[in-house]
Amino acid sequence: MVNLKINDIDVSVEEGTTILNAALKAGVSIPTLCFLKDINEIAACRVCVVEIKGKEKLVTACNNEVKEGMEIYTNSPKVRNTRKINVELILSQHDAHCATCVRSRNCSLQNLANDLDIIDQRFEKHFVKAAWPKNFPLIRDANKCIKCMRCIQVCDKIQDMHVWDVTNTGSRTTVDVSRGRMIKETDCTLCGQCITHCPTGALRERDDTDRVLDALADPEKITVVQVAPAVRAAWGESFGLPGEFATVKRLVSALRRMGMNYIFDTDFSADLTIMEEGSEFLKRLPEIKKSGKPMFTSCCPGWVRFIKSQYPGYVSRLSTAKSPQQMFGAIAKSYYADLLGVEPERIFCISVMPCVAKKHECALPNMNDAGAGQDVDVVLTTREIDRLIRAEHIIPQDLKEEEFDQPLGIGSGAGVIFGTTGGVMEAALRSAYYLVTGKNPDPDAFYAVRGMKGWKEAKFDIAGTEISVAVAHGLGNTRRLMEAIDRGEVKYDFVEIMACPGGCAGGGGQPIHEGCELAEERGGTLRKLDKESVIRFSHENPSVVKCYENYLQKPMSHRAHELLHTDHKAWLMPGESAE
Amino acid sequence: MSRLSIITQNKAQATVEELYKDVERRISASPSGLCPVDMAASFLKMCHAQSCGKCVPCRIGLGTLEKLLDDVLDGNATLDTIELIRKTAEGIYYSADCAIGYEAARMVLKGIEGFRDDFVEHIEHGRCKCALNQPVPCVAQCPAGVDIPGYISLIEAGRNADAVRLIRKDNPLVAVCGLICEHPCEVRCRRSMMDASINIRGLKRYAVEHAGDVPVPKPLSPTGKKVAVIGGGPGGISAAYYLSLMGHAVTLFEAKKKLGGMLRYGIPSYRLPREILDKEIAELMSVGVEVKTETPVGENPSILDLKKDYDAVYIAIGAQTDKKIGIEGEDAKGVVSAVEMLRGIGDDEMPDFKDKDIIVIGGGNVAMDVARSSIRLGAKRVRIVYRRRQVDMTAMKEEVAGAIEEGCEVLELCSPLRIEKDEKGNVAALWVKPQIIGAYDRGRPKPCNSSKPEERLACDMVLVAIGQGIESRSFEKYGIPVKRGVIDALNWSGIKDIPGVFAGGDCVTGPATVIRAIAAGKVAAANIDEYLGFRHELKVDVDIPPIRLDDRLPCGRVNMKERNASERKNDFKLMECGMSEEEALQEARRCLRCDHFGYGIFKGGRVEKW
Repeated sequence: MVNLKINDIDVSVEEGTTILNAALKAGVSIPTLCFLKDINEIAACRVCVVEIKGKEKLVTACNNEVKEGMEIYTNSPKVRNTRKINVELILSQHDAHCATCVRSRNCSLQNLANDLDIIDQRFEKHFVKAAWPKNFPLIRDANKCIKCMRCIQVCDKIQDMHVWDVTNTGSRTTVDVSRGRMIKETDCTLCGQCITHCPTGALRERDDTDRVLDALADPEKITVVQVAPAVRAAWGESFGLPGEFATVKRLVSALRRMGMNYIFDTDFSADLTIMEEGSEFLKRLPEIKKSGKPMFTSCCPGWVRFIKSQYPGYVSRLSTAKSPQQMFGAIAKSYYADLLGVEPERIFCISVMPCVAKKHECALPNMNDAGAGQDVDVVLTTREIDRLIRAEHIIPQDLKEEEFDQPLGIGSGAGVIFGTTGGVMEAALRSAYYLVTGKNPDPDAFYAVRGMKGWKEAKFDIAGTEISVAVAHGLGNTRRLMEAIDRGEVKYDFVEIMACPGGCAGGGGQPIHEGCELAEERGGTLRKLDKESVIRFSHENPSVVKCYENYLQKPMSHRAHELLHTDHKAWLMPGESAE
Repeated sequence: MSRLSIITQNKAQATVEELYKDVERRISASPSGLCPVDMAASFLKMCHAQSCGKCVPCRIGLGTLEKLLDDVLDGNATLDTIELIRKTAEGIYYSADCAIGYEAARMVLKGIEGFRDDFVEHIEHGRCKCALNQPVPCVAQCPAGVDIPGYISLIEAGRNADAVRLIRKDNPLVAVCGLICEHPCEVRCRRSMMDASINIRGLKRYAVEHAGDVPVPKPLSPTGKKVAVIGGGPGGISAAYYLSLMGHAVTLFEAKKKLGGMLRYGIPSYRLPREILDKEIAELMSVGVEVKTETPVGENPSILDLKKDYDAVYIAIGAQTDKKIGIEGEDAKGVVSAVEMLRGIGDDEMPDFKDKDIIVIGGGNVAMDVARSSIRLGAKRVRIVYRRRQVDMTAMKEEVAGAIEEGCEVLELCSPLRIEKDEKGNVAALWVKPQIIGAYDRGRPKPCNSSKPEERLACDMVLVAIGQGIESRSFEKYGIPVKRGVIDALNWSGIKDIPGVFAGGDCVTGPATVIRAIAAGKVAAANIDEYLGFRHELKVDVDIPPIRLDDRLPCGRVNMKERNASERKNDFKLMECGMSEEEALQEARRCLRCDHFGYGIFKGGRVEKW
């Protein structure tokens, strides 16, 4: 143990403890800005500086360790002045038009400046010229960037994609797309992890809320909205609502108040995905066993962008099943239009997703199989739907629970866990077992694929056939797994990949909480919903059963192929060559 | 009222003088990879401040150029701006009245020529092409990428054995480099911004001398692959050592009696004592390298034989042959090349120079080595003849100074003309033409014949140290590509279209430094491993001590001391004295720890494995 004094308070901590953590233990809060535990401990902003008795220079608390006998002052005149100066310097190059910023009220810089009572700006403002394609799903505003380098670090260390890098030196040092590329030319997967780790509004998703408002205002349009599984575990966070209150039924109520005509559950199409993907897997299994190469899930568009750009030789190993979002869109503008007895063109299909890459996926040139334009017209992230709730002045605390519309509003527990790592695999295995044996397994039989481990593997016996599966989340883990497959070190039959750490629960479109990773907690919420579900098997979803009976006939039928499957090679990633 | 007065500096002037010194040191420690346009603009601003303001081009023009460069940097320029900058700078260059103006303009013109691409990139894409490569300066400058702040902090913590183990991860020849490395690591040491660079080589030597026996690591499990390394110099030894650690079966072929290459047959023992060299080589070879000395690779075995018998071959034959000076009388008895003389000394065949009057031709480190060896061999007089000025010598400054201290005379600006023989064909004298230093040619002033008459320098021997060549014929004959006298290998040591054959070190680059040869051996080891289908990782389980948060205050650099010239010139024993403990600890504490403070903690600060 190391004994020291912080602001004259005695504290004793383990060797190797940072000043920041030691202060926390002493009940002393030291402000930080660029610091992101384990990912960005580079002491760039110089906000967490403290004074050590006897030393002339201040030291940063986030990345320096305490020593025996230290006497630290976190609010001495020298510290106070220096910290304030540094924040003012950052502000001098920050476009602080907070009133029109998506991160206002949730901005680390805004909070810090407010906390430090900075109400006057002594330094002249200086902005830079920077161009960015406004139609790209990921938007960067150079004049809001504070060069904390977190985006670079997340993309390097967690996602292993290296899309961002430091550009220029000296006074013009900034963050930009790496290796002199333009963002549209890159292999960026659009996972959005840079956005959720940005302390300010420098990175955000393209805002599509106006398109939704326009559709709502158009009397000709019938708005059909789907809500993704992981959204329900997070939408209330922006309003400070407790998880048990911020249920999906209250979100349904909010969407109805906005004027959405029909409110459905992506869990329904997740179940549909399982029927198609599970059947496809069983069909492909003999070839999989023979070739020793697995089938990969295809529901995560970040992952699809990853495999197409990083391992193009494996694209044919992806399931041809569309993602639940796209299945929903295709069904909404065909089967459901028929049920309503309206022209599919009148349907405006809105999707609420925890994801930025979904904005790209819905606009792919071949995602129009219902024949009425894009199957999904617009994708809003969880953050955007929260912004719409605010814009509509809906008071979330007053919302009462309301039911989804029918018949596309029913989802099984298997559909809900699509939103967390391992969930797609588990859901698929539950139904695959049934499809092979005609009997339901214990719904919790496949628990081995749960949990936050980055790369999980398990073997299951289905009617005498051993099925070897792997699950990875986060693209750094994914790359490790792909390398091992490619080198022949591991062999699996079925592999689930989700681009974001923790899966969609930790998606790049989810609410942002400074310094907190909530994927595990949100995933737990989804697991709980599964556990409490009456229906825990996709093949038992009555709406799915009816959809097949009345419209699609059976999984992998001709019509199912037309609407629910896709050719992943029909579009190209930057740098990907057509075969 | 006095007619004249003594000029004294006021406080402001004195302070500015100090700042000039600060800037000088600061520039010398500039990190690599900075935006060249930004640097040019910054230099220009300083140049402008130096203007007296009398003349238009300088007073106004330099400021206008500054603004134009800022436009380029701030994205307010077009491609035409470059032309405007060029024309404006030319106008200033042609018309400024004094060097303050025209030299500033010339710097701008140089930039437009030298990094036009960067101007264009800023204009077209609003950013710089500069390589973002400014991590820890010493590590970046070390060809082998040794974790210098890491081992300095270990020395500071008294963990010298760990320091040696950490160094060995990237550079196996720790003791050798502690004594004779050219220490490029010190050139851009950030400490120079404060006072002076850290004495890194000296600290390395201290660590080795105070580490005790440090066992080499155990090799990884055998791979069943065989690798032949040709050449037992620092590069070959390094490659063989690392490849063995990776589990490959390595055979090292050496033409001479003993391993060491230029370490033994080029560097005199007063700089690198043989017992230290022998001990280090024995330690490194103990990882399981099969050594075949007196086995030149030429006809039997030939490179083709090795290619057949081994899974991969590394050619590290160095630059071992002498270069002829090409003057009349070079065939006289008593004309000896430096290579020949040092090779004999390497095999303990000491020539007798007693009472000889010797002339050394050359100005590099090898010239100093033979000159100082001649003194030790009993020569009565040693003169070093050099075409250029003493300041232009390529030898390290301390080597030149040491030679002079030991009694060598430097005859600068003397161009050798011919060697005069006596009737028995022995050297009688060297005739030289006095030179005058002249105009710059390719960045260096060129000596030209002066009007003074030729001079006769009577002497008994002439030692020629004007560079080395590569003995590549027996490789070229069997299809190894040779370009301008050196083996044509790629930057990853492979040879185009000849899979499995690698080459590196002096035989590829021409004569360079020990640390470059070591780095080449390391690169080759990694790429041979990869070629053989592996990706072994070499790392060391040494934890770096926690950072010290003390203020870093200016403190003088501990320089290495040498034994007194009068004493050391009589023997071949190590002439340099090591640091004392108090010196080493003080020096280690001067390190600014750029791995922790600054960019190093963000990127490139520590490479834990390779």
